[in-house]
Amino acid sequence: MKNVCKTVFITLVLIFLYAPILILTVYSFTDATTIGAIRGFSLHNYVTLFTTPELRDMIFGTITLALGAALLATVLGTLGAVGSFYSGKVSNSVITAVNQIPVVNADVVTGFSACILLVVVLGITKDTFIPLLAGHVTLCAPFVFLSVVPKLKQMDPSIYEAALDLGASPATALRKIVFPQISSGVFSGFCLAVTLSLDDYFIATYTKPATFDTISTYVVNATKGARTEIKTALWALSAVIFLIVLLIVAAANFRASGSEAERSQV
Amino acid sequence: MPVFGLTRKSLRIPYVLFLAVFVVAPLFVLIYYAFTNGSGQPTMRNLTGFFTDPNTLGTLCYSFAIAFVCTLVCLLIAYPTAYILANSGFRHKSVLLMIFILPMWINFSLRITALKEILTMIEGNLAMYPFFNAVLGMTYDFLPFMILPIYNTLSKLDPSLIEAAKDLGADETQAFFRVTLPLSVPGIISGISMVFLPSMTNYVVLDMLYNSTYIMGSLIGSYFAAYNWHGGSMIALILLAIICLFTLVTESYTEEDSKGIGGAML
Repeated sequence: MKNVCKTVFITLVLIFLYAPILILTVYSFTDATTIGAIRGFSLHNYVTLFTTPELRDMIFGTITLALGAALLATVLGTLGAVGSFYSGKVSNSVITAVNQIPVVNADVVTGFSACILLVVVLGITKDTFIPLLAGHVTLCAPFVFLSVVPKLKQMDPSIYEAALDLGASPATALRKIVFPQISSGVFSGFCLAVTLSLDDYFIATYTKPATFDTISTYVVNATKGARTEIKTALWALSAVIFLIVLLIVAAANFRASGSEAERSQV
Repeated sequence: MPVFGLTRKSLRIPYVLFLAVFVVAPLFVLIYYAFTNGSGQPTMRNLTGFFTDPNTLGTLCYSFAIAFVCTLVCLLIAYPTAYILANSGFRHKSVLLMIFILPMWINFSLRITALKEILTMIEGNLAMYPFFNAVLGMTYDFLPFMILPIYNTLSKLDPSLIEAAKDLGADETQAFFRVTLPLSVPGIISGISMVFLPSMTNYVVLDMLYNSTYIMGSLIGSYFAAYNWHGGSMIALILLAIICLFTLVTESYTEEDSKGIGGAML
């Protein structure tokens, strides 16, 4: 009885989480313009999605921005984490505290203050993409920092010192000893940065050029507009993104459980 | 060895400069703008105006109400979910957890669009149930962020503590309320901090679901649209103050490793 209750509860939560996106996915393969209407199978939403220049540019722009911002954030955040880790206690805790500000801050505030500083005070126009890129790096870098720090703490410090004793220069030791040990943290920081940038709406809306749209800003504006073919093409986009996320998560899990199995065999 | 120390430490320089320019400087700019008027004269009007205008005070109350209800609903759904997942006999628990948090990697605006289409079918006119829809939308958006930290805390609980409680005569319910629940408080707090603040500020969810009532985030949005940097900065500062208070309160309950989504997501 108890197990039945548990299963029912879990199932209801799953339905709540997945029903909207699954129903939308089903309807993206029809020529219906509202959910609920029963229509025939059609791929026209996918054709619109991949052939409308406006949509293509928006998707391409979002991905470029995410990769660019994530790359910059990863370099800055990693350097910051390593540098701060080897600094004195005071400066380390100051950097860590300041690093925490964008993490706990509301995105609206981060975006608005980035816009005021860069656009209003410094007079950099949004068309240069500098405020947008800077805003996204500000959003992402602290999370890279946070995912690298635990790896640094897990590291055995004597290996680095052994490398120096054996004649390696500090730069070589950093590159050959420290970096390989923190690389998994750097990689997960990069992935996190990409997802944060892809999901952001507020920073983009306050700092982006008027002619540029990310997926979030485009979708939010599209829901206010009345262009039906764009609306249903976005259903197709949801389905594609859902599939991509599903594949990535499945692959990551497969890899993780694979290495688990290997370990248990040894 | 001081030369080596200098080399490692100096890696932090770019990140420290970055934090100074993009995190610390915007805060000072916000403070300056919040306490000046359009002609640059110092003024308290922005502050006193906020706390004397019934409209803005109403917005503050409505934000708290939405955030409170939404956090409570998320908690009531997420805790049992996390509990059932953490105590399930399933071998690959991480896969099971992944199914529940996967939606957070799908762009939130697309997920809210999906929810909106479903709700339009069920309710007809979305504007009829603004509060309900806002809470539903935010719960749908933020639920994975509540499940994850609670699951992390619960799965790390030592099962022998529960066994000990039972050996000492506690029944299932007592063991839960006197052992499991108190020990999972850090996870609950970390979940609350990831849901409460976003639901005070994420006004796009309300916009997309045709709830035209303002929350704190929408105030910044409307000042931004009206190029009123002074009023917007004051709202941003008030939000920052709320965030600071909230962080100070939750900080003492939160485990070092579950701070922010940086630790929790990966």
